[in-house]
Amino acid sequence: MIKLNSAQVWVHDQEEALAFYTAKLGMEVRADVTLPELGDFRWLAVGPAGQPDVAIVLMAIPGPPVMDAETAEQVKTLMAKGFAGTIFLGTDDVYTDVEALKSRGVQFVEEPEERPYGIDSSFRDPSGNHIRLTQVREIAAV
Amino acid sequence: MAFVPPARHLLRAKDLADARYFEPLDVDDLAHAAGLSRAYFSREFRRAFGEPPHAYLLTRRLERAAALLRTTDRSVAEICFAVGLKSVGSFTTSFTRTFGASPTAYRATFPPASAHALVPACVVRAYGRPQVRTFREDVAAAPA
Repeated sequence: MIKLNSAQVWVHDQEEALAFYTAKLGMEVRADVTLPELGDFRWLAVGPAGQPDVAIVLMAIPGPPVMDAETAEQVKTLMAKGFAGTIFLGTDDVYTDVEALKSRGVQFVEEPEERPYGIDSSFRDPSGNHIRLTQVREIAAV
Repeated sequence: MAFVPPARHLLRAKDLADARYFEPLDVDDLAHAAGLSRAYFSREFRRAFGEPPHAYLLTRRLERAAALLRTTDRSVAEICFAVGLKSVGSFTTSFTRTFGASPTAYRATFPPASAHALVPACVVRAYGRPQVRTFREDVAAAPA
């Protein structure tokens, strides 16, 4: 049986991302390992407190030899433009969570909005990654 | 403090258009959000996103108006003001030119809201935003 363990997002600064995902979003650190033999590669993963078996890997954009300078620049630019991907988070109380996140300085791009599938909102992480926070409505099986 | 790629500042301006389109925002406000002078901002925004900032703001408003026409029974004038536009006349003109049908005719071609079931709001906003055909009326409506 295949399960989701973790998915990765690029971040432009791991420290800044770590502070955002933990102090602001309330996630836990799942792994934080730096390997000198790999050019100080840092494997950094966070995850929601209620979901110990799922993590988001906050990956720094590498330089050569992993990624040539031009490619790294393209990825940085795509990320800064907000087109490097989306994280879809769920909650059972979106209005309370949105207020809590705002009180910690998170700026919302989309205020909670009633949609047929639930109540949906969005914001960005410091790198520009698009994060949605959705209270999914129970929908009868199709 | 990490180095921030320049495009990240432009994204703040784009996000402001997406977040506060219903307020009397203009390109000066967007330039301010990016921390750039208006002329430089407009050029850089266009270079990053392929269209000028006032066109992005107008098409965001038209996209929101189209969504409200499809999913609510609010009047055309009410929807015009709800998306941050001030003149019902130029709204109707921009909308008709962009969507190829007047707001009323556009609304009549869509099934009721319940048919829009499961598509996430971000998809509706991103894929429903029209491309500008011309924005003459927007320039005329905007402060100089």
